[in-house]
Amino acid sequence: MSRYFTAEIIHNLPLNSKYGFLTIKPLEQVPNPKPGQFYMLAVSDSHDPLLKRPFSFFRKTPEGIQFLYEVRGRGTMMMKGFRGGKIINVLGPLGKGYPELEGNSTPLLIAGGIGIASIFPLIEAFMNRAYVFYGARDIAGLLMLNELKGLSEKLHISTDDGSAGKQGTVVDVLTDFLTHMSTLTQAKACGYSIYACGPKPMLNAVSKIALEKGIRGYVSAEENMACGVGACLGCAIKAKGQKSNPPLPPFTKGGRGGITNSESIYKMVCKDGPVFPIEEIVWK
Amino acid sequence: MTKQSLEFMNLSITIGHLKLKNPVMTASGTFGYGEEYSEFFDLNRLGAIVVKGISLKPMEGNPPPRICETPSGMLNSIGLQNVGLKRFLKEKLPYLKKFDTPLIVNILANTIHGYVRLSKALDDAGVDGIELNVSCPNVKKGGISFGTDKKTLARLISKVRQTVKSAVLITKLSPNVSNIQELSKIAEDSGSDAVSLINTIPAMAIDIETRKPRLANITGGLSGPAIKPVAVRMVWESYNTVKIPIIGMGGIMNSDDAIEFMLAGATAVAVGTANFVNPKATVTIIEGIEEYLRRKSIKDVKEIIGGLNAAQSHHNLNN
Repeated sequence: MSRYFTAEIIHNLPLNSKYGFLTIKPLEQVPNPKPGQFYMLAVSDSHDPLLKRPFSFFRKTPEGIQFLYEVRGRGTMMMKGFRGGKIINVLGPLGKGYPELEGNSTPLLIAGGIGIASIFPLIEAFMNRAYVFYGARDIAGLLMLNELKGLSEKLHISTDDGSAGKQGTVVDVLTDFLTHMSTLTQAKACGYSIYACGPKPMLNAVSKIALEKGIRGYVSAEENMACGVGACLGCAIKAKGQKSNPPLPPFTKGGRGGITNSESIYKMVCKDGPVFPIEEIVWK
Repeated sequence: MTKQSLEFMNLSITIGHLKLKNPVMTASGTFGYGEEYSEFFDLNRLGAIVVKGISLKPMEGNPPPRICETPSGMLNSIGLQNVGLKRFLKEKLPYLKKFDTPLIVNILANTIHGYVRLSKALDDAGVDGIELNVSCPNVKKGGISFGTDKKTLARLISKVRQTVKSAVLITKLSPNVSNIQELSKIAEDSGSDAVSLINTIPAMAIDIETRKPRLANITGGLSGPAIKPVAVRMVWESYNTVKIPIIGMGGIMNSDDAIEFMLAGATAVAVGTANFVNPKATVTIIEGIEEYLRRKSIKDVKEIIGGLNAAQSHHNLNN
């Protein structure tokens, strides 16, 4: 089984003018993805645009592997034009996904905008055990709402403009939630585990809250990426770590090791991440 | 095509005293330390592996964003992030030595003394080749400043030449010069066994919405198909000037591109950015070269080196 394979486009459905929903069927046996991992998809048959685009693994069904995408630039604009039957090159699953939940903690699943693609498999896995916080700029940015409502009764929706759910950011809603949980104490907070994916300012804010309240958790980060396998060193992110320590072998299960000092180094989003323990990332 | 005629096909070439089973190698900085790509194909198939540039001390690299895409290419400003000599020898070299593929280590230092120390340590450790990076556009000290100053370049290569006993010595040249012939000649005259060209071309891109540079370092190096014609021209000019082998690189995506470089005078080629697009690019290129030779009934790949049909071509094959 190779992580570099060809796949056929099964569906490519526009969700609205800015977002699409893609299903691909690998033409060979491929490794199973884990929540939080990602794939790189070729968007062009020519050399322009040149690089594959990274997309979070959204869901796997008997039909194939599914992705949610936002049309942001030339590459995703071309992707929007994919028709069923087209064959594309794919690399994945890549990176380290979300680690398994520790103990009996209650997961807080936090998604901003297209970050829902990465968080969705966790919502499927935890169902009503988790509180879900999902925010977007406006109602058009909220994707798969019906599916989400079917999966979770603890869904907290927000939009910046108030066009759906509470008005405000997902961080505002999370802050309110934590403040108003009447029984909340430091001990109770430790019973939560945060899993977050979204824009950088959101991840930064969520991380601050988590560190303040002593909630452990993970964020899925994003950076410009070329190779997806740790070779180009393009997707660097400032992180805490020991300069002298060898990097952990890729794709091992669990065991990220404790951070024993706070020296900051560059880690690679594609290989060391995209999911990092909250305390590991050094935000600007 | 019958099996018998396949057996007669010779893909091997030589760089100095180093024999390569085929002319396709990886370009430094695009193939990690080999391990990153070992799951995709058998590294024994490569002509040579050229690993990410090594410095005496580990280097942290530049802040992100480090890369961005441009038309038919990409910009990078990694800033030579690497594990440093000590860790390379301890953690990376033993793995790379397992393969029946020559290992070429790209090196970079701030001083001539630094290059000499690195070369000696790597030569002693038994690497097959040393590639002097004197052309990185992304670090302030060292790198490109060595590659564009003729006197310094000559002194640097001579000093390293005196140090290196068994590894072949390759000088990687910058395209950021007005006269590539002159620098190729300096490399040859100073004792380099081969030249490799081109490194990335200094370049930049701006996000017009935010007015911010697309790279944190503002400028970076352009690679990919966008630079190929520049690279082919420089290989051709260099080929008409020096007798030592040329390792051609710059935007090689497929075997057609590789053959184009060889026709322009490259003895070997290095595949860089294409590895990011297709992790099996090198193997596909090796197979494509075989296919071309078969189609043209050419039994030895060396026959196409400098095989450009041009009136001014007067260079003798040097292999």
